[in-house]
Amino acid sequence: MTTLDTELAPVLPVDGKPVRSKTSWKKRKTWATVIWAVVLVAIVAVVLYPLLWMVLASFKPSADINGNVALFPENPTIQNYVKVLQGIGGIPVYTFFLNSLLLAVGSVIGVIISSSMAAYAFARVRFAGSKVFFGLMIATLLLPFHVLIIPQYIIFQRLGLVDTFVPLLVVKFLATEAFFVFLMVQFIRNLPMELDEAARIDGAGHPRVFFSITLPLIKPALVTSAIFAFIWSWNDFLGPLLYLNSTDKYPLPLALRLYNDQTSVSDYGATIAISVLALIPIALFFFIFQRFLVEGVATQGLKG
Amino acid sequence: MTTTQRQASDSAAPLGSAPSGPTSNRRAGGRPKLSEKKRDGIAGYLFLTPWLIGFFVLTLGPMLISLYLAFTKYNLFTDPEWIGLDNFVRMFNDPQYQQSVQITLIYVLVGTPIKLAAALGVAMLLNYRSKGSGFFRSAFYAPSLIGASVSVAIVWRAMFNADGPVDSGLSVLGVDLGGWVGNPALVMPMMILLAVWQFGAPMVIFLAGLKQIPGELYEAADVDGAGPWRKFKSVTLPMLSPVIFFNLLLEMIGAFQIFASAFIISSGTGGPAGSTNFYTVYLYQRAFGDLQMGYASAMAWLLLVVVGIVAFILFRTSKFWVHYGGDLK
Repeated sequence: MTTLDTELAPVLPVDGKPVRSKTSWKKRKTWATVIWAVVLVAIVAVVLYPLLWMVLASFKPSADINGNVALFPENPTIQNYVKVLQGIGGIPVYTFFLNSLLLAVGSVIGVIISSSMAAYAFARVRFAGSKVFFGLMIATLLLPFHVLIIPQYIIFQRLGLVDTFVPLLVVKFLATEAFFVFLMVQFIRNLPMELDEAARIDGAGHPRVFFSITLPLIKPALVTSAIFAFIWSWNDFLGPLLYLNSTDKYPLPLALRLYNDQTSVSDYGATIAISVLALIPIALFFFIFQRFLVEGVATQGLKG
Repeated sequence: MTTTQRQASDSAAPLGSAPSGPTSNRRAGGRPKLSEKKRDGIAGYLFLTPWLIGFFVLTLGPMLISLYLAFTKYNLFTDPEWIGLDNFVRMFNDPQYQQSVQITLIYVLVGTPIKLAAALGVAMLLNYRSKGSGFFRSAFYAPSLIGASVSVAIVWRAMFNADGPVDSGLSVLGVDLGGWVGNPALVMPMMILLAVWQFGAPMVIFLAGLKQIPGELYEAADVDGAGPWRKFKSVTLPMLSPVIFFNLLLEMIGAFQIFASAFIISSGTGGPAGSTNFYTVYLYQRAFGDLQMGYASAMAWLLLVVVGIVAFILFRTSKFWVHYGGDLK
């Protein structure tokens, strides 16, 4: 349906075509704007419908979620959320939230430290091999992770680190996500070189320049990276699925899977309710930082 | 290992200052050029230490291990046993593997163009008028942030279930398809819809590209009497081609790697009838369900080669359709 709507897009600018008389042009422009708004509102409605349905369904009794066409709950209830708060398998639900939070905050710290260091080296320091390494870094942007999961798992298993958070966090502290390095390199390259040069003439070494000049100036890139690092970690499913076995170490995505796979139809509502809860932090980030996020994507081609 | 690596990354900065101390004192007396070069070299490698460890220990090393394992039989507990090309031969006789290749290719080759067409269409719509488009831009982008999450997979499954909102809605319209989730023929359209739903990220990139096309080009086209389709074909598409190339490359590679949504929607089984048995899901099952690490490594490397070829072809053909001209980045 979305695609059908969007096929109108190339056609619409027809209305912007120059027309002889000024008044009729104005009229046409108004009409074009109205049609423009109507089409966009229709697309927004389709795009946001699943999210609206999800939030409203979480307040329906389980039996009503399937089979009852009404979008709004006829008998609104918070029973689903009460059930979620009881936890699953004897583990309270806040444990999953805490685990997710710990992983996400750890990821943010790791990504910011390691990626900014690598980016500074690539963008501001001349050293033998930097071009080769930069090329390799760009190449890892396109590397499918399939090739890495098995050997990485073997390495961490040999080290006895399976069922700990270490495998999930250590990769972040080693700048393995080239997206962040690339984003920061682009940002640093746009900073005036004169600042660095002035500082170096005053006798500052690279660490001084990095801490006192570069880091403060790339704050927007750091914020964007931090938000994305948080959200990606929060949503990550494969990593925890590979490395975590004990239920009390599960972050939210794995806990959601427990609900999804184990609970019977009668707990359908609880599954939807915890799905809603899991999205709330991302929704908050989105409302607060949407400018940062969208601009970050627009300028760097970062994916969501 | 972790602690030492973290120490390495933490100590990189303070260590870097050591060589710079004496050299900076010497500066007043005309420091020889070679020492600055040396100093840069040391600083560069120190700043790059975390990335270098990550690259060699967690990327390049594992790739080589995986390449070796691709020629072995390995179950994680006994030593790998060299079996030559057997894993690759087996792939050609494994119907489940071939099915996973097939559905992944359909998903990538059909889903990605539809998603990008939607992204470009909506981007052009938003570019038509900038007033008020900010809200729409954010609203369309939202699904891209959460699309790969387990929450959304659960909701998608619920929506396309028998008697779920999509099924009920279509029944009202007189189309009785039944549940999409349990129907192998409808699972692929459902997965593609989930991908298309996340058109926001490429759309934002398209929009940024559209804003950089100089207005004079359209004015000149107007003077020449070009219609909207002609303007789209002869101005918009060529001017946007670097962005299209970028989006195509990233979205295709991303689509190859779909995992969480397929895994959740099928409860990890790849069903019904293997219809969600995407490449990654099958690889995961073979590697971590059956502990056939050797076979799974061979699958992973074959995928790497295929993705490499696809990227190579895209780059090679890009000179015929991607125009790097004007001010476009």
